[in-house]
Amino acid sequence: MTLVIGAWTMGIILALLAIGVYVSFRICDFSDITTDGSFTLGAAVVATLLVTGVSPLAATGASFLAGAFAGCLTGILHMRCKIHGLLAGILVMTALYSVNLHVMGKSNVPLLSTDTLGTYAEKIGVQLAGGQPSLHVWGWEVATKEVAALGAVIGLVLVIAAVLYWFLHTNLGTALRATGDNPQMIRALGVNVGTMMTMGLALANGLVALSGALLAQYQGFADVQMGIGMIVLGLASVIIGEALVGTKQVGLAIAGAVMGALLFRLMVGLALRWGLNPNDLKFMTAFFVFLALILPGWVTKVWKTRSAESLHA
Amino acid sequence: MLEITRVAKAFHAGTPNEVRPLQGVSLTIPDRSFTIVIGTNGCGKTSLLNAVAGTFFVDDGSIHLDGHDITRWPEHRRAALIGRVFQNPFSGTAPTMTIAENFSLAVRRGLGRGLGPSLHRSLLVELTDRVRSLNMGLENRLQHAIGSLSGGQRQALTLLMATWRRPALLLLDEHTAALDPKSADLVIQLTDALIRREGLTTLMVTHAMPQAVHLGDRLVMMHRGRIVHDVSGAEKQRLRPGDLLDRFEDLRRQELLDPSAAALLQAAYV
Repeated sequence: MTLVIGAWTMGIILALLAIGVYVSFRICDFSDITTDGSFTLGAAVVATLLVTGVSPLAATGASFLAGAFAGCLTGILHMRCKIHGLLAGILVMTALYSVNLHVMGKSNVPLLSTDTLGTYAEKIGVQLAGGQPSLHVWGWEVATKEVAALGAVIGLVLVIAAVLYWFLHTNLGTALRATGDNPQMIRALGVNVGTMMTMGLALANGLVALSGALLAQYQGFADVQMGIGMIVLGLASVIIGEALVGTKQVGLAIAGAVMGALLFRLMVGLALRWGLNPNDLKFMTAFFVFLALILPGWVTKVWKTRSAESLHA
Repeated sequence: MLEITRVAKAFHAGTPNEVRPLQGVSLTIPDRSFTIVIGTNGCGKTSLLNAVAGTFFVDDGSIHLDGHDITRWPEHRRAALIGRVFQNPFSGTAPTMTIAENFSLAVRRGLGRGLGPSLHRSLLVELTDRVRSLNMGLENRLQHAIGSLSGGQRQALTLLMATWRRPALLLLDEHTAALDPKSADLVIQLTDALIRREGLTTLMVTHAMPQAVHLGDRLVMMHRGRIVHDVSGAEKQRLRPGDLLDRFEDLRRQELLDPSAAALLQAAYV
């Protein structure tokens, strides 16, 4: 059960990554490779600040801001310097690898003897559990700190999803959505598309970095390579989510991204349990995304063909 | 009032592909004037609209609107003064967003966009009334994605969006060219009624001769980046499609057009 709760916690943390990718990929209509770098940046910033004694809350907030700054840079390269979006993301991602090494001072920073948000959650959880170090969940004995960590990340993701939903229905958020939907139209309505896109990418990468920061605190270390392939993971979550709930409403799309991240984590967990070589994980991730991209189209095509045949029969 | 003074623009300047759509165009459009711009393909009429809208900066000359020198203003800043309807019905709206959300964007054209709710009850009430005035039954579909509507419906809504906050200038860029004849007629009637009722200063580009002669109080004909004909008042009211064709024929005779182009013109306009 502890393993299951751990997998869920990891899935919920990565749901933040999925929400960030949803903002860049769907809201801004921008394929943002910065994600791989900003995820690690969030982890690097939080780890470095935590080991220097900064409070976990402030360190986590700083990692969000660092990610947002990286997103701003990508936005500026694309909108102001007129560099192709994909290339702008690649440039920032590549630069961030060195930045992350400089931030951490080495390739790996352990957090095992440092207070993290998880420590706070554990304290609150133990307090709520009446001082019990373990709990019984559906007949299984589970460490209170694991349940507390899961509860904390669920609460955090719910709050962030709610705030994002609210923001995307404000005047500013609606303009951001329209920027991705039809930049020509929104420009003609007096909105600076460059500023909007930069803001959207800042928000997206801030959320991605926040996900990185939480993951580093949960797993107890930050590693300079932990961001590799995160964009594919985020895309997989968004696309799986869209297949589950559709894309028509913002609220559903955000919920879909969260559900997609959880489902994807479950699929990965099952694949590993069924003996998948961990070395093949990235390959399988890419394969899952490939399937998620083409299957809906194939299913629709087959369904239409069969419908047409039954009409003619 | 819109004042365009000796505006010039060249694309790909200094290369074999150089195009000069605007070659010293000067035009003054008084307040409440409804000016029609016609001309052959590539004559510079859409470039003129784009220059005013700020899609690109002109190489030379100046543009003043409503007392402001907007020559170097970016497009989004000019939008505070300018309402615009594009040729393509898909260009003027955000397809995945609802009708109501599209209007919530138009309501704040030229205003700041903060963290207030984009949709609120009073806006929805006013929106329902205004959309009902189109007589298209769309007031019951405000929560539907605007991308699910026909081109004519979208263009009618775009027109309403462009004029929700009274613009100092309304730009119409062949906004019925991509519509079927019935929808085009409907949108033109709506356009004429709206401009007359609100007294909007309007610059409209069209290819359709009937629209050119029956709409507006002034007609400007462009050719090869220049204004070659400018009629208004009683002369404009007397204008018939044949007169415009004669004018095109004159241009041909002046060796500005070759005979094959004139034949194409006849086929396109008659």
